[in-house]
Amino acid sequence: MAPYESDESTTAEEADDLRAGRRKAARYVVPVAVVGVAAATIGLVPALADSGDPDLPKISAQQLIDKIAKSDVQQLSGTVKISTDLGLPDLGGLESSLMSGATRSGDDSSADPSSKLTELATGTHTLRVASDGPDRQKVSLLQDAAEYSLIHNGKDIWGYDSRSNEVYHSTAADSADAHKKQDVPATPKDFAEEALKSVDDTTSVSVQGTAQVAGRDAYRLVVKPKQSGSTVGQITVAVDAKTGMPLKFTLTPSSGGAAVVDAGFTKVSFAKPSASTFDFTPPKGAKVTEDGKDGHGLKGDDLKGDDKAPRSGEDFAKGAKGSDGMKVLGSGWNSIATFDTGGQGMPSGSEAGQFGGFLDSLGDKVSGKFGSGTVFKTRLINALITDDGKVYVGAVSKDALVKAADAAK
Amino acid sequence: MSQAEAATDAVTTGPAAGAVRAPRLLWTFGLLRSELLTTFRRWRTLALLGVLAAVPILVGIAVKIETSDGSSVGGGGPDGGGGPAFISQITNNGLFLVFTALAATLPFFLPMAIGVVAGDAVAGEANAGTLRYLLVAPAGRTRLLLTKYAIVLAFCLVATLTVAVSALTVGAVLFPLGDLTTISGTQISFADGLGRALLIALVVAASLVGIAALGLFVSTLTGSGIAAMATTVGLLITVQILDQIPQLHAIQPYFFSHYWLSFADLMREPVYWDDLVKNLGLQGLYAVVFGSAAWARFTAKDITA
Repeated sequence: MAPYESDESTTAEEADDLRAGRRKAARYVVPVAVVGVAAATIGLVPALADSGDPDLPKISAQQLIDKIAKSDVQQLSGTVKISTDLGLPDLGGLESSLMSGATRSGDDSSADPSSKLTELATGTHTLRVASDGPDRQKVSLLQDAAEYSLIHNGKDIWGYDSRSNEVYHSTAADSADAHKKQDVPATPKDFAEEALKSVDDTTSVSVQGTAQVAGRDAYRLVVKPKQSGSTVGQITVAVDAKTGMPLKFTLTPSSGGAAVVDAGFTKVSFAKPSASTFDFTPPKGAKVTEDGKDGHGLKGDDLKGDDKAPRSGEDFAKGAKGSDGMKVLGSGWNSIATFDTGGQGMPSGSEAGQFGGFLDSLGDKVSGKFGSGTVFKTRLINALITDDGKVYVGAVSKDALVKAADAAK
Repeated sequence: MSQAEAATDAVTTGPAAGAVRAPRLLWTFGLLRSELLTTFRRWRTLALLGVLAAVPILVGIAVKIETSDGSSVGGGGPDGGGGPAFISQITNNGLFLVFTALAATLPFFLPMAIGVVAGDAVAGEANAGTLRYLLVAPAGRTRLLLTKYAIVLAFCLVATLTVAVSALTVGAVLFPLGDLTTISGTQISFADGLGRALLIALVVAASLVGIAALGLFVSTLTGSGIAAMATTVGLLITVQILDQIPQLHAIQPYFFSHYWLSFADLMREPVYWDDLVKNLGLQGLYAVVFGSAAWARFTAKDITA
């Protein structure tokens, strides 16, 4: 209160003060109410907008798989959100440099697709995809104030990293090859196709209800391994009811918890993207890396290999078969790839000093008929490295790895 | 009740409220104009704008010197080098200096300047002993507060445009201009690029609406201009630090600074609106919440100075 009036103090004035105080306090209702309304809007609007699962005519699993196979979406643009959680420690740049170091040798342009797409292996990323027929596609990885774009237009494949202003260029020798090259498994469709390849008698496939994805009605196709021992819990694919296009792919591990891979459209449009989307001329001053002359050109498998944490046992086994000296044990989801490093296996704590102690802390010591070894675990892929230098890798549980090692002995 | 408040209350609730509407409207503009002149004539304001204008000059000269031997900015390593967004593009197109300068000033210089002006808005008057005279005039507290907020918003715009215009001038003098490549890899014409630069400047100015409202609210809490400025700038720094702590990811989307750098999404083709819309919505929310809190405080406050 103002200094002038404090000398007179009567009961009437006290009552006035109280009333005035209440009136003052009442004004604060406005900001509080605004906060309340905002909180309610943030909390309730998504719940209200989610009008429940759509009603769609019943469809059998086989019909739905046929629908996916027949789906021929040529023109598409949309935004894909992809989250991967392999349970690996977040090593950030270290990890991607390790991985790209492993997959590539020689020159390293930051615009090279294989080094860039390894980034997808951890964390959450937003991609934009656009496609107009088999000859024109574009995938962009959105980053903070930068973007990495991979553009396929006719014979040219361009990679452009706006952060470093570097360009990667490769020409497809023939257009059939070009299709293969552009097959970046970033969209739910690619993931779904990989998953459905592994459908056989070891797999149960069913349609479980419907869902709304990116504002479109979709069926939920659930793929589950029948055998026990696989780390894959189940794979859910949301398939667009109209076009048969997979809109969302979720892989949950058998150990429960968050999805290992979750890739879904947040926005999708089947209209023709504007032609300028696929135009690319290297900007002035950009460093252009030409590829395809030094033998390790960009192959389709390069693109595919890096960002995929092998999605199923079979997929992994398939990759393993291609490499020299690898054998595949078991079948279906429980396939285990094995190879002999010929070395001494993992150095254990006493032999390798501090470094060995560090490695031991990452893995679990196991022993069985095969001898002893170390199991390194992620949420999807486990690997057993025995002390005599054999390696067993698969999307299977630790026990299954030990059993396989015992059997191989 | 203080005399000043009694006087204004009498005016705002007086029977003549309807009859004198037209002159009062004029009076509002008169108040706005005189406040604008007072604010922008202050040496402090001019010095702030001068500092903001100097940032693009420094960035431009630094990039020019570093690339004078033909090398690229930041060494152009596999990770693309550090520095503010778009910095690697400046040598090819001077227009990118506008984006780089805004990206460099938005996290700290711009909001600090806004914090100074907003914190000073009411508390500075109280500090100088001029607030009661402003209130004696038949303007009403709500209108005075709205005028003050309008001044702060005008300063947001002027400050952002100062950076942008200074960057454009420096960029045009030191580097070539021409068609530019968006970060999605498509080409747009220079005119289109200029349009986008203007749009980006407006979005950056709008990004400061939240901290302006916050500063105004803090300014109504205290009678000391310095305290209000320090609190606002301190809040800014605190929020910026909290925004970097990964464990707080659940609340970070509600920090006023969280989506600030989303203005870069305007340089994508097509423009990626999601974060931009979130940013503008968040700024609007801050403006309403802290604007109404400032109103609740200021209209019920005892003015002793």
